[in-house]
Amino acid sequence: MTDDNRPDRTDHAEALESIPSGDEGSDAPERTASGSAAGAAGDADGTVRPDGGSVGVESPFEVVSSVEETRLDKLRKFYDSYIRAPFFIVWTDWRARIGFTIVFTYLLMGIVGPYVIEPTEVGEAGALAKPFENWDYPLGTDQMGRDLLSQVVFSTTEILKMVFAGALATVGVGTMVGAIAGYKGGWVDTVLSSITDIFINLPGFPTVMVLALLLPIGSNPYMVGLLLSIAAWGGLARAIRSQMLTLRSESFVEASRAMGIPSRDIIFKEIVPHLMPFVVINLTNAARRVIFSAVGLYYLGILPFENLNWGITLNQAYQSGAHYRPGALHWFLVPMIAIIVFSIGLILLGQSLDRVFNPRVRARHEKRSGETAADGESDEELTSKVGGV
Amino acid sequence: MVNIDWRLRRIGQTVFTSWAVITLSFVIVRMMPGNPMGAMIQQLERRGLDPARARELVELRLSVDPTKPIPAAYVEYMINMAQGNLGQSVYYQDSVVDIIAQALPWTLFVLSWATFISFFIGISVGALMAYWEGGKLDVGLTSWAILMGSIPFYVLAIMLLIFMAYRWGWFPTGGRRPTGLEPGLTWPYISGVVRHAALPILSMIVASGIASLGMRGNAIRVLGEDYLRVARLRGLSDVTISTQYVARNAILPMYTTLLISIGEMFGGSVILEQVFQYRGIGWYMLSATYQRDYPLMMGGFVVITLAVVIALLLADLTYGYLDPRAKGQESESY
Repeated sequence: MTDDNRPDRTDHAEALESIPSGDEGSDAPERTASGSAAGAAGDADGTVRPDGGSVGVESPFEVVSSVEETRLDKLRKFYDSYIRAPFFIVWTDWRARIGFTIVFTYLLMGIVGPYVIEPTEVGEAGALAKPFENWDYPLGTDQMGRDLLSQVVFSTTEILKMVFAGALATVGVGTMVGAIAGYKGGWVDTVLSSITDIFINLPGFPTVMVLALLLPIGSNPYMVGLLLSIAAWGGLARAIRSQMLTLRSESFVEASRAMGIPSRDIIFKEIVPHLMPFVVINLTNAARRVIFSAVGLYYLGILPFENLNWGITLNQAYQSGAHYRPGALHWFLVPMIAIIVFSIGLILLGQSLDRVFNPRVRARHEKRSGETAADGESDEELTSKVGGV
Repeated sequence: MVNIDWRLRRIGQTVFTSWAVITLSFVIVRMMPGNPMGAMIQQLERRGLDPARARELVELRLSVDPTKPIPAAYVEYMINMAQGNLGQSVYYQDSVVDIIAQALPWTLFVLSWATFISFFIGISVGALMAYWEGGKLDVGLTSWAILMGSIPFYVLAIMLLIFMAYRWGWFPTGGRRPTGLEPGLTWPYISGVVRHAALPILSMIVASGIASLGMRGNAIRVLGEDYLRVARLRGLSDVTISTQYVARNAILPMYTTLLISIGEMFGGSVILEQVFQYRGIGWYMLSATYQRDYPLMMGGFVVITLAVVIALLLADLTYGYLDPRAKGQESESY
């Protein structure tokens, strides 16, 4: 709808009546199209309308909303149906509550933590202090007398940088390649699918290892993230492609094609939004993969480093033989628990997003909560709102 | 006719991928910044060899002639690869093929058992979880699967090593076979080999709890189907429905996951074999990385990749037997 509607005209039936006199030039294009068609037919046989409707009686299809939708309304609607409602659905699920809280805590720890907690130095405290004994070093210290809590917090920042670069690159490249290959078909598909196949067939970790050794990655966490995405995007690209194959023959896509909308816009503005749930869920998986691979690489001691991260802590613990020395177990456990809890958060988040986006699960959810009727009301209301997601 | 066409195409694709990987390894060896060839020549020259002799040695070891122009060197490299000549290891002073040939069976032994057991468990448990979605078993097992899926397998491996090997002494702390025993089909030797492989296999199985989650998701999608309602009306038992009806239909997407996980497990063997000091192909590749032994490293990389490619090909070719509907043209969408 355009914004230049004349304010006095709220009823489309009135508009139709004025058509034969031919003053419709300035109106919105959709209306002109329907209007002139009706008008032409109306000229041909007098007062009878071509759709068989009687003049003056309102058809539900011809009623135009009397309320004008402002940009703010649109924004609010978008917020309601895409952010607030899904959030509340997700929030009714215990997994989601835990997942959100964990991920948010890590974000907070990575972003704010370094300003709150002091960096640690070699020889700051006694070697291998046990956790929860001295409250200056709540998680204990390592062999060089460094505070493990501080190590965990400063590592989080590094890991978050890697996750940010790696997960975005993985999902971005995967979605783009898969969507284009699936939509275009033909030789574009053949070429892109062959490239995807090669990357799927490359065993991720050895590839990354060889490249890490040979490329001038340095100790830049963003570069490490990008490096890790090289071996990770293939699976997503293939999945997106196969979904695209079914979506490309949907009628709304055919309509867009018939309207002459360029392929790029059809793919990224019409179809990909339909795949967004899938893409978002994969974002959490990609994040988890980046963490696992990055920590693995650092654990093996392949990448050079400037700042500590969980993998380096593990590596140093292993190098010092903490796995067979008594009293050094916490040196392993602290970074391990940091990894595991973050990863649990990401899995739970991904699962709960799946619940929001998976219509079958949502339907079951709705039915069940309707039966119990305890918290059913709010559930159902919210569920129906996200129908379009 | 259609079947043959599809299989030929799939094999052609495999050949293409193999070629691409070997070419990639050539590009890495020859053209990357900081490429191994230049690094090796420098290494040797620093040790006091004259440049001509250093080039000769590098050529022998990497199967790449540094003096030739790139196209000619590429052709020679490909011919060498086709003949199975992966060069000479710098550190072990042995041909790369020999080193890898004696290491590969050990890796395959661990990987194949880990894959089979974990998918058997994952699929059956996942199907049950989906069937009783929301029940106590589902909640309990989902939590378990989430916890296990959140532990990187190498972290789990380190924990198993610390407790089961170092603290409790149930399993050996490293190595791939009992020392001081003649290799042969004797009970002590075989049981020793199994005991050495047990921890790597166990850590992979336990860490693959995520497989059952995937199965659960697929099975839930199947659960809405009408034929399940019919099956229930016919009074079939829960177990029959979950194994014969749900599992069979939900398993197909899992098969794709299995294909991809073969590659991931091969990749993961590098870390796993380091943790358990299990001398498989991953262990040699990693030790080559530490020693800057480029021929062995690239050889390991090429062989691991080819193994994955071939495994995926085999799995794809057998896919039709698992799902009769997938025979013919549709099976392209694996």
